[in-house]
Amino acid sequence: MRIGVDRSRCIGAGMCALTAPEVFDQDTGDGRVLTLDAAPEGAAAEAARRAVGLCPSGALSEVPPTRENRDRT
Amino acid sequence: MSEPVHTLTTMPTERRPGCPFDPPPELADARRHSPISRFTFANGKPGWVVTGYDLVRSVLADTRFSSRKEFMRHHPTIDYGDIQVPPAPPGEFLLMDEPQHGRYRKPLVGKFTVRRMRQLAERVERITADRLDAMEQAGPPTDLVTAFAKPIPAIVICELLGVPYEDRDFFQDRIDTFLGGEVSDEVLTEAYTGVQAYLAELVAAKRANPTDDILSDLTDGDLTDEELKGMALILLTAGFDTTANMLALGTFALLENPAQLAALRADPGLVDGAVEELLRYLSVGAKFYRTALEDVELGGVTIGAGDPIVLSLSTANRDPEHFPEPDALDLRRRNGGHLAFSHGIHQCLGQQLARVELRVALPALFDRFPTLRLAVPADEVEVRPEAADIHGVKSLPVTWDV
Ligand code: SF4
Repeated sequence: MRIGVDRSRCIGAGMCALTAPEVFDQDTGDGRVLTLDAAPEGAAAEAARRAVGLCPSGALSEVPPTRENRDRT
Repeated sequence: MSEPVHTLTTMPTERRPGCPFDPPPELADARRHSPISRFTFANGKPGWVVTGYDLVRSVLADTRFSSRKEFMRHHPTIDYGDIQVPPAPPGEFLLMDEPQHGRYRKPLVGKFTVRRMRQLAERVERITADRLDAMEQAGPPTDLVTAFAKPIPAIVICELLGVPYEDRDFFQDRIDTFLGGEVSDEVLTEAYTGVQAYLAELVAAKRANPTDDILSDLTDGDLTDEELKGMALILLTAGFDTTANMLALGTFALLENPAQLAALRADPGLVDGAVEELLRYLSVGAKFYRTALEDVELGGVTIGAGDPIVLSLSTANRDPEHFPEPDALDLRRRNGGHLAFSHGIHQCLGQQLARVELRVALPALFDRFPTLRLAVPADEVEVRPEAADIHGVKSLPVTWDV
């Protein structure tokens, strides 16, 4: 899967870093989301999907596969 | 097509005796009818109560529903007549919308990240161990609220903010007073202004002599002293009372569910899930308020601009559509997404700190006192009235074998 992140919406609650620590971290300065792995697979992808659902601010999304990125996911 | 919408006639002021962990039955009933009910506020203003998980969550995420203090003119149980309410004082960002809310939240976010809070775990362990030592020395019985549940979060948040040790009792007393939901308006105002005056001095002191703490760090930006004072107030009150009530009620709930407690003891790996489940099951932040800024279609009804709304987080967290067997405390429960820390832009800033405190303190308590039990029958443990927006026990008498 591919992760879309809109940092401007992030409120730094950290649900993502808590739920999918292999995929997300938080910037140590401003606390906002950092993507460690924009195209996670397997268990990490599952955790990332959960994080997308839990994010309180709508900053995270799952990007539907397109022709350009399909081979990368 | 339009079914008659359910109406909640009176807002419950108490929980059912013997059920200190469950939301008031009237609210659970309302949810069984429909996720949103009509409700007339105490001053006659028509509004709404949202009780279902999906709707509560969507209102919390929807910026058409405002948190601004000046709109909160209607109280569910107290008739203040047709009062005007001033906007939230500078820095008190819980009762603000964007962009004001963001001005205050943003500089704080980096201080409460998952990583930073995990680094605090050792300090929390030390603080917890000190409290347990003191309990052991004094011997049973004791009130777990004053001996354990309050001091741990109090010390942690005071250290983070840089409140000097000798001032902590002053704080705890006053904050107890204005969050307990049980005193006259006069006493309440006095407690509130006392804390305000203290914080004003503290901010000035940090500006003059910065130390290594959040409040001193914040003096570096463009925030005024007035704003810093308001932010400090929010952090202190949020950091004290919610976690303290989670610790005391959480202990109570585990003692009342011995099989669950035994499971947690047998498998320390259960602790993260246990903390999430206790957060859901207890929902200490039981009710939140919003006001519609415009007409909004929601769950088959039209909410009018200006309508006041009560969001019942405690019934949302017990919604069977989202949580199977919602009224059971099940530490192995997997489906997450509880709303105990709210949702949307106001979702709890200190949630990672709360998690660390709960994860450290609860197991440490049961490790130290394996025979811990209530010192009074469970139905004699007094809980706060529903007027307190944060649910909790007033005291929790416990004892153990020595
Ligand atoms: S869960 Fe959402 S709001 Fe919270 S830190 Fe991650 S991206 Fe930001």
